[in-house]
Amino acid sequence: MQMKTMLCASALALATVAGPLSAETLRWARTSDTQTLDPHAYNEGFTHTVNRQMYETLVERDDEGQLQPVLATEWGMLDDDPSTWEFKLRDGVTFHDGTPFEADDVVFSIERAKSETSNMRSLLAAVESVEAVDPLTVRFHTTGVSPLLVNNLVNVMIMNREWAVANGTETPVNYKEGEESYASLHENGTGAYTLVSRVPDSKTEMEAYAGYWGKDLFPLDIDRIVYTPIQSAATRVSALLSGDINFLQDVPAQDIQRLEQTPGITVVTGPENRTIFFGMNIGDETLTHGEAEGNPFADVRVRRAMNMAIDRNVISKVVMRGQSQPQGTIAPPFINGYTDEMGALPAVDLEGAKALMAEAGYGEGFSVTLQCTNDAFVNEEAICQSLVGMLARIGIDVRLDVQPGGVQFATIAKGDTSFYVMGWGVSTFDSQYMFDNLVHSRSNGRGAWASINYQNADLDAKIESLGTEGDLDKRNETIAEIWKVVQDEVLYLPIHLQMLARAMSDNLVIPANVGNSVSVKKIEVKD
Amino acid sequence: MFLLRRLLQAIPVLLVTAFLSFAAFRFIGDPVQSMLGQDATAADRAELMAALGLDQPFPVQFWNFIVNVLHGDFGFSTRIGQPVLGLILDRLPATLELAVLSFVVALALGMILGVTTALKPQSWISRTVMAGSLIGVSLPNFLIGIGLIYVFSVQLGWLPAFGRGETVQIGWWSTGLLTVSGWKAILLPAISLSLFQVTLILRLVRAEMTEVLHSDHIRFARARGLPDRMVNFRYALKNTLVPVITVSGLQLGSIIAFAVVTETVFQWPGIGLLFINSVNFSDVPIMATYLLLTAVLFVVINLIVDLLYYLFDPRLRVKAAGR
Repeated sequence: MQMKTMLCASALALATVAGPLSAETLRWARTSDTQTLDPHAYNEGFTHTVNRQMYETLVERDDEGQLQPVLATEWGMLDDDPSTWEFKLRDGVTFHDGTPFEADDVVFSIERAKSETSNMRSLLAAVESVEAVDPLTVRFHTTGVSPLLVNNLVNVMIMNREWAVANGTETPVNYKEGEESYASLHENGTGAYTLVSRVPDSKTEMEAYAGYWGKDLFPLDIDRIVYTPIQSAATRVSALLSGDINFLQDVPAQDIQRLEQTPGITVVTGPENRTIFFGMNIGDETLTHGEAEGNPFADVRVRRAMNMAIDRNVISKVVMRGQSQPQGTIAPPFINGYTDEMGALPAVDLEGAKALMAEAGYGEGFSVTLQCTNDAFVNEEAICQSLVGMLARIGIDVRLDVQPGGVQFATIAKGDTSFYVMGWGVSTFDSQYMFDNLVHSRSNGRGAWASINYQNADLDAKIESLGTEGDLDKRNETIAEIWKVVQDEVLYLPIHLQMLARAMSDNLVIPANVGNSVSVKKIEVKD
Repeated sequence: MFLLRRLLQAIPVLLVTAFLSFAAFRFIGDPVQSMLGQDATAADRAELMAALGLDQPFPVQFWNFIVNVLHGDFGFSTRIGQPVLGLILDRLPATLELAVLSFVVALALGMILGVTTALKPQSWISRTVMAGSLIGVSLPNFLIGIGLIYVFSVQLGWLPAFGRGETVQIGWWSTGLLTVSGWKAILLPAISLSLFQVTLILRLVRAEMTEVLHSDHIRFARARGLPDRMVNFRYALKNTLVPVITVSGLQLGSIIAFAVVTETVFQWPGIGLLFINSVNFSDVPIMATYLLLTAVLFVVINLIVDLLYYLFDPRLRVKAAGR
């Protein structure tokens, strides 16, 4: 009897779920889930990429990193007042609940993203106030001149004021009160897709929004999205091979070749706007994590010697199986301020490196602990291991301390390190973002990740001037000067740009994207 | 009386677990780091530390944790932004269904194969089973999982490689056992999780059974001309059950608590997966609650095992009554 009811129930369930798996459903898997649906609660790639299908920003970057209009159609600084930015908004846009999109929603969203519990506030630090001039015009008043403000808006998504107020979610989740956030499980954006259901860590389903403003502008071939995080690399690839999913965004480097050879599957690769590099604690008096007289990293000759001892081509070929672009600078080529001269690889010269080490008084070498992660970038643990061998050739005895990013980065960010791995994506596509976080000494709210602990008041002043310099030519000159110091002083040991690989079933056209983002509305489905 | 004593004994066990888990997680990693992301300033960090109470001395934090737990408040996930208890309860059904199914498979297969190999140790079946069981013991769990996925999902295309399939909601319990896709999805993880247990129970039953078969009461039973089936299953098997129950009880505990690897390989949305994700994000409230739950689980299972002894071993009952 019990058996019979069970069979009935399962037959019923089968009837409701087992429709034909149409090609219009994007069954999309990545390593990690979106952390929340609240677009201002968490400034992180996985989260933004999913939320971007439901929420929209004023402007966005296309696959090549160029700015494109979304909810804003025109933008610029006012001629008579360079401390004000004006955005003209798109007409005829509605939120998923049907409310029309207006300037007041932008004002609300920017204020929400600037609020104390928001994770996006540092991007909006220069915004003093936002004002709705008319229903389709907003003005941003900045503290001083902020020539690159628009770059900081590519991840700031626009919410609906009435909806947020009605549901008591005017600010991102407030940990102080320990309250549950409505916006972390519900959405009301203007995007091409609306939320159907979400089970954290398991599945997020979306379907096409019938009232989308861009219906005639984009292919919109996909009418349903099922997003699944799959942590295990082998399972992720198997799921694609078996057809359980049809779009795999993070292909493990070791599986690219195999997937390329599999009929029915296309692999697309391209460089990501992110460099992987090593940092050394330059500013410390002594070597805290290792044994040496004084702090060898304080001597630029030691840093140069290390730079000359690292064979980036070998790392690319052996560790990355060709899936990386070796770099001589920590600046990705996509950003403002990059030059090919900076990017050129330093020549590998072991004799020269040894001579420099001897000159610096470390001819006998020294030992140091390298703090490495194993889950934050592509194959970084193997990169660290290869560094051990390469630096041993000039007498540096490197010991590895490998831990997950969640643990290791906390230690590194505190400055409790001598030698560490780091990767940096440049969401603003401008050098200033890197200088603020990685070069500027830890002061005046800057240098949050500058565990190199480099003290140079002159350089700090130059970095600070970038934020308010309205003359772009002059600003670019200063950027070049700063990069010259970073390069000449070998403040970091750059390794490479990560390549991104995404694999999909043959009938989907999903190009590579330098920001590793995906715009599902633009995906074309072939017959 | 017995029950009460056991429950009182459980209290220090739970306190120690709570302390250890809390201490361990407090000192590794930094939830603030993962909450604020790469753009945060030092001031932002200090502010959030204060908001979460992380700036207080460790004993104060631990005391607050215990007091809150006693009030049924397990805290707030720093990663997902929801109460911990709800998150764990949401995922518990997935883990329990997986664990119980694989436990049933393991117990059934283990007993049958164990008895078979004990009764006919020289037959080719027994030799194959014993050789095969070595593989089950020595292969790591994730490798078995990946192998199963490769054969049944990639090559044959019969079963899904990940996930739980469609689920049906019955009250707060979400079950995957009422849909075809749910059954399809649970098979591979359940088998992969049970394989080690099968070999363990098989070897245990076989060893115990072999020993019992040589004892006096079995010889007498045979001498009296009792049918083989009755001797083997009524008199021999029953006498092997006490150690088997102990071990398999504890194994059930560890299946539930440590299905982490299997859940990760199959992206099974249970508490193991939740735990792993929490480790990556230094989500202390979830990690501490999870370990506390695990401790409670073991205490409860131990208690049940003790009670089962009474059922299967009459000598214990006599002793207790005589006292």
